[in-house]
Amino acid sequence: MTQTLHTTLLIIGGGPGGYVAAIRAGQLGIPTILVEGQALGGTCLNIGCIPSKALIHVAEQFQQTVHHSQGSPLGIEVDVPTLDIRKSVEWKDGIVDRLTTGVAALLKKHKVQVIHGWAKVVDGKTVDVGEQRIQCEHLLLATGSKSVELPMLPLGGPVISSTEALAPSHVPKRLIVVGGGYIGLELGIAYRKLGADVSVVEAQERILPAYDAELTQPVNESIKQLGIKLYLKHSVSGFADNCLQVRDPNGDTLSLETDQVLVAVGRKPNTQGFNLEALNLDMNGAAIKIDSRCQTSMRNVYAIGDLSGEPMLAHRAMAQGEMVAELISGKAREFNPAAIPAVCFTDPELVVVGKSPDEAKAAGLDCIVSSFPFAANGRAMTLESKTGFVRVVARRDNHLIVGWQAVGAGVSELSTAFGLSLEMGARLEDVAGTIHAHPTLGEAVQEAALRALGHALHL
Amino acid sequence: MGTHVIKMPDIGEGIAEVELSQWHVKVGDLVVEDQVLADVMTDKAMVDIPSPVHGKVISLGGEPGEVMAVGSILISIEVEGAGNAREAPAVAAPVEKAAPLVESKPEPVQSKPAPVAAKVQAPVAREANERPLASPAVRKHALDAGIPLRLVQGSGPAGRILHEDLEAYLQQGASPASAAANPYTERNDEHQIPVIGMRRKIAQRMQDATRRAAHFSYVEEIDVTALDELRVHLNDKHGATRGKLTLLPFIVRAMVVALRDFPQINARYDDEAQVITRFGAVHVGVATQSDVGLMVPVVRHAEARSLWGTAEEITRLANAARNGKASREELSGSTITLTSLGALGGIVSTPVLNLPEVAIVGVNRIVERPMVIKGQIVVRKMMNLSSSFDHRVVDGMDAAQFIQAVRGLLEQPASLFLE
Repeated sequence: MTQTLHTTLLIIGGGPGGYVAAIRAGQLGIPTILVEGQALGGTCLNIGCIPSKALIHVAEQFQQTVHHSQGSPLGIEVDVPTLDIRKSVEWKDGIVDRLTTGVAALLKKHKVQVIHGWAKVVDGKTVDVGEQRIQCEHLLLATGSKSVELPMLPLGGPVISSTEALAPSHVPKRLIVVGGGYIGLELGIAYRKLGADVSVVEAQERILPAYDAELTQPVNESIKQLGIKLYLKHSVSGFADNCLQVRDPNGDTLSLETDQVLVAVGRKPNTQGFNLEALNLDMNGAAIKIDSRCQTSMRNVYAIGDLSGEPMLAHRAMAQGEMVAELISGKAREFNPAAIPAVCFTDPELVVVGKSPDEAKAAGLDCIVSSFPFAANGRAMTLESKTGFVRVVARRDNHLIVGWQAVGAGVSELSTAFGLSLEMGARLEDVAGTIHAHPTLGEAVQEAALRALGHALHL
Repeated sequence: MGTHVIKMPDIGEGIAEVELSQWHVKVGDLVVEDQVLADVMTDKAMVDIPSPVHGKVISLGGEPGEVMAVGSILISIEVEGAGNAREAPAVAAPVEKAAPLVESKPEPVQSKPAPVAAKVQAPVAREANERPLASPAVRKHALDAGIPLRLVQGSGPAGRILHEDLEAYLQQGASPASAAANPYTERNDEHQIPVIGMRRKIAQRMQDATRRAAHFSYVEEIDVTALDELRVHLNDKHGATRGKLTLLPFIVRAMVVALRDFPQINARYDDEAQVITRFGAVHVGVATQSDVGLMVPVVRHAEARSLWGTAEEITRLANAARNGKASREELSGSTITLTSLGALGGIVSTPVLNLPEVAIVGVNRIVERPMVIKGQIVVRKMMNLSSSFDHRVVDGMDAAQFIQAVRGLLEQPASLFLE
């Protein structure tokens, strides 16, 4: 065995949680080692957020061009386009490369030692990477999550996970997506736009079951318009000879012919394969149990990001990572955000920040709920997008805003304004009294607040 | 006339039920602000529920002995004005004052017509378990200052805690006036101080030293009457030109001379390599208190320094250490350590070794004591030396003889300078 390395902070996992923790620790002068078994950037940069948004962009551009070739009202005339999906994937890989190289450069700049290899936990202060033993004062677990597999639908051949779906060698003629959550729908919609016949099988009675029906309605309509077939309340029973067997609500078995099956039924924390058992940490279901400082049940052992459970979002992991680094440096910190935004890059996009009307009610709050439709927003019209709305939830007694939701083209960017207003403790009057630029989608934010106060201007 | 409703507050940590123990009022009673209305009990404690308002009790929400849910109506009071019956504020945690903030804030005399805004901006009392409303910057500031925002009353819209509110709270907390208000108040505050940086270093060194070395301490009293006379005399004569002498340079000199016969005391013991290194040079570490903690700057080659040379170096190093200007070299490499708290020296101490050294000499305070010399009681200046040694490599006999040698030198100060 080579000589033992000693460090103050050891981070297992170089995804958005781990690498941000490392950068912040570096800035604070904490000697830090980061262990990564695959590629820096984790799921997010390599097989998640970034590649999927690249593929969605390709699909959107392609579909727009198809749209124009069929005589669009915009007066653009083009021939029927063709798609070289291998080039698209190359382009996407270029973006991923640039970003992961950037992460490596940032880590180097902040004097973080990156060790490539698979970590094996020995105890709360000792980790082996191959022959290398590393001893640390603080251990940060940031191993992320992986796709959940279905026992009756093992991956392989035509049965793929989101990882394979993000690096296609060709666009299948027919694709069935198992799972009507955001990952399944984002990819299903993209594949439909790329030319595949797409069906979505979902066990619950509606798509995006994590969000309320009013909010998901515009996505529902868009899916119908795109020609995606929905099999709601259907459950998968098996796959054989290019046929997916599903059971309908009546218990009858249907056989759906397809070329590929994309399994997107959620993600689970990565707790296997690095001898985590050695620490015998308290668990919260499949995730590691943490407190408001991301501390596990073992002193000086922290867990952040997907490994610590829902919501499994890169920006949550980043914020946790930053906080843990500051905690270790001796600052008093707590992970206590007013809200963590969540975005679905479906078509149209969907964003939620803070409490939904139902959640507010469940919390015992008496709330005003008000929405403003993009049909009455000039900018939306110029973007050929009229569906969707912005919705605000505010306490009736003091007009404190407790939640924002929006659905519509490009609304993901509104998450910034929503998040800020919640963190700053804005009331309806604050947003209503802020001049929003014209013509922008953001005007709908101001109008939703105005409408909640009873005096929307453009409705 | 309106009705003010008080709900059962959450007085524990996340408890759902509270037992109502006793009423101090009954229906029809007139109550004043801060008057105790009821006693309630959790599994941990009995708590008074004071009235936040003046008024008349209309109804009581329960019988003594009844276990009531947190948030259920405890009592209704008829008050002047609108009351709060529509949205009853919790009488939040007892530490929180329910007094409306508007009172403490003098209304600015302005002709600004803002009647509508004023109505909405009335402070809304927070629910007991509700997270305090504050921007991320304010939250961070509070964390840095160790203030739970729960305790800070917000003056912003919807009761938002502004930077100004936090500043005001911090200042109020810092002023002794508020502490003097009731010096017998039971305190339950805790403040966690992360052990980092210098403090951690000190903690590690001390822990390491006490764990590894087999400490034993040896105390001897020394008659420093003659030594102090000499010191005073030298200061009178040369103080103006060469600087004032303390007792320390004399003790350093005594150590230097005594160590010639006890090389085993001026040594470092590397217990991992199992090697003892004896030094010809005497590098004396002088323990010094700085703002960040204990530091030990080193007087190098004390054996080659004159009395005033040593004095000057001790002063220079102490200043450097206190100002954080001491270099790494100046803070390492000692072969033996001298520790003194001057007037705070006490009568006995048990110094912790500065590992890997094997000896540390501690100086206690000088006091005038009646001593018996040749059958006569005379007043002498007495001082104790409390020294510790690493018994793994220093035998008790050697240590005792070394200290006796130091004692002999200090009691006959001329011998300090005889070669």
